[in-house]
Amino acid sequence: MTPKQKLVAFKTILIKEVLRFSRIWVQTIVPPVVTTSLYFVIFGSLIGPRIGDMGGFRYMDYIVPGLIMMAVITNSYANVVSSFYGSKFHHHIEEMLVSPLPNYIIVMGFTAGGIARGMSVGMAVTLVSMAFSDLQVHDLTVLVTIVILTSTLFSLAGLINGVFARSFDDISIVPTFVLTPLTYLGGVFYTIQMLPAFWQKVSMANPILYMVDTFRFGFLGVSDIPVALSYLIVGGFILTLYLYALYLMNVGYGIRK
Amino acid sequence: MTTALSIRDLTKAYANGFQALKGISLEIRKGDFFALLGPNGAGKSTTIGILCSLINKTSGKVEIFGHDIDRDFSAAKMETGLVPQEFNFNVFEPVEEIVVNQAGYFGIERRVGVRRAERYLKQLGLWEKRRCQARELSGGMKRRLMIARALVHEPRLLILDEPTAGVDIEIRRSMWDYLRELNAAGTTIILTTHYLEEAENLCRNIAIIDHGRLIENSSMKELIGKLQVETFVLDLRNPVKTLPKTEPECLRMIDETTLEADIQRGCSINFLFEQLSRQGIEVLSMRNKTNRLEQLFMHMIGNGADGKRKDAA
Ligand SMILES: Nc1ncnc2c1ncn2[C@@H]1O[C@H](COP(=O)(O)OP(=O)(O)OP(=O)(O)O)[C@@H](O)[C@H]1O
Ligand SMILES: [Mg+2]
Repeated sequence: MTPKQKLVAFKTILIKEVLRFSRIWVQTIVPPVVTTSLYFVIFGSLIGPRIGDMGGFRYMDYIVPGLIMMAVITNSYANVVSSFYGSKFHHHIEEMLVSPLPNYIIVMGFTAGGIARGMSVGMAVTLVSMAFSDLQVHDLTVLVTIVILTSTLFSLAGLINGVFARSFDDISIVPTFVLTPLTYLGGVFYTIQMLPAFWQKVSMANPILYMVDTFRFGFLGVSDIPVALSYLIVGGFILTLYLYALYLMNVGYGIRK
Repeated sequence: MTTALSIRDLTKAYANGFQALKGISLEIRKGDFFALLGPNGAGKSTTIGILCSLINKTSGKVEIFGHDIDRDFSAAKMETGLVPQEFNFNVFEPVEEIVVNQAGYFGIERRVGVRRAERYLKQLGLWEKRRCQARELSGGMKRRLMIARALVHEPRLLILDEPTAGVDIEIRRSMWDYLRELNAAGTTIILTTHYLEEAENLCRNIAIIDHGRLIENSSMKELIGKLQVETFVLDLRNPVKTLPKTEPECLRMIDETTLEADIQRGCSINFLFEQLSRQGIEVLSMRNKTNRLEQLFMHMIGNGADGKRKDAA
């Protein structure tokens, strides 16, 4: 395939993925907006004022970046894992397998679809959040890059989950038992400064902490962790997951008998 | 170069250890219309799956128009179109999108893909259904959708795994005409089917596999020529009480107005009519008992005349 043909093929997968989640927007875009709005109402408006300040900011303003990030993470992941597993389950992954598509284009196509979903949901949630808080943007470049990188990372993770999944149950295990706890403990609702020294250390092993913290820095201009370190860690994860996903595709794990 | 497909010593052991292919070698010439036959579970779909890299082979070598499927992956793919045995499209996607997307996976720009989708959907009688979700199509329409999808990148080798399963007679005949036209225009076609009449009608060359081994590979003419005895069914105008005598003896009585005649290959059939006329027996019509290829086939895969499989006991 020529580079131009590869680009066409990549765009085909991406557009197909975007159409897929747009067609079922009531299941893909609306739920995260509803859930996040509930968080805004309960933690921000109702309980927030009693909590007072967090890290020197109104509680509402403190949690909004984390909540947006949480929506981006879960939706990027969910998009790729369900799309990829679905295409395996209904066998239409074979449409790609009989074509000359190189495996890395398949990986990149599905990942790009996950990023598109993550960004769409992220935008929708951000719009809603503007009704609850008047956040200012401190550093737009950091904001945009970290959210795209995070979305990339979890799209790749979702792809790997989709490759391994053998049933529809398998695609909800990781979100339930890994993603949600890591996100809750990733400093969405509190600053790790509040934790005892030991638990601060433990928290540092949680990659989501870095992403949430850096994203919040993009809004508030303060962070618990050096921003450069975050980029390094997120970049490292993306590279590792990408190579692993590519390896799985190359050996045909779960897709080529 | 005159070879479209070359398979050397192909073997496949599935993950559960089952040896589905035990060393298959096959050459198919450019422009051929080739039948790949065999009973259920023989290994036809496994072979085809390997050609299209849906299945990883255990060992052996496959070349498509001289492109090794391992080393020259992308070139081999560009030449090959597959109509699989099982439906494998997204049933929620609109018909037209399925075909256009497939073009996209082959690097064909959307503009061109849309034009080609129109051409092939029209040729296969699906244009009116282009906006329907694939799940709204009937079984026969779904098969035709898979043919349109397989053609959209205009491959030189088209592989069809039981394309006429569940297709009504009229559509089947039009599908045959369509495939003949494609073949006449230069596309090499490989076809599997359990309708042996179909294979005899369409295909010039044939391979039969059974239990993962190639048991026959020749031209259709040669193979049919191997048939030693042909059985005909005679319908009589008036009932007969006893079996009419003939010289040589070749008749069996099925019921009062139906006889079966076994005729040796190369023998004239005139003697039979002469002798029956002399006895005042009038034959209304005559037909082959089974399709000729079917008779051979049953013989080769180890079925006795009683139609029971020896290995099934
Ligand atoms: N994924 C698999 N794992 C283990 N064995 C398999 C697998 N797929 C097929 N087989 C076995 O391999 C053998 C060949 O199967 P294949 O699908 O190639 O047969 P076929 O000739 O296409 O038959 P049919 O006419 O029924 O379509 C069968 O015995 C089948 O049970
Ligand atoms: Mg089969």
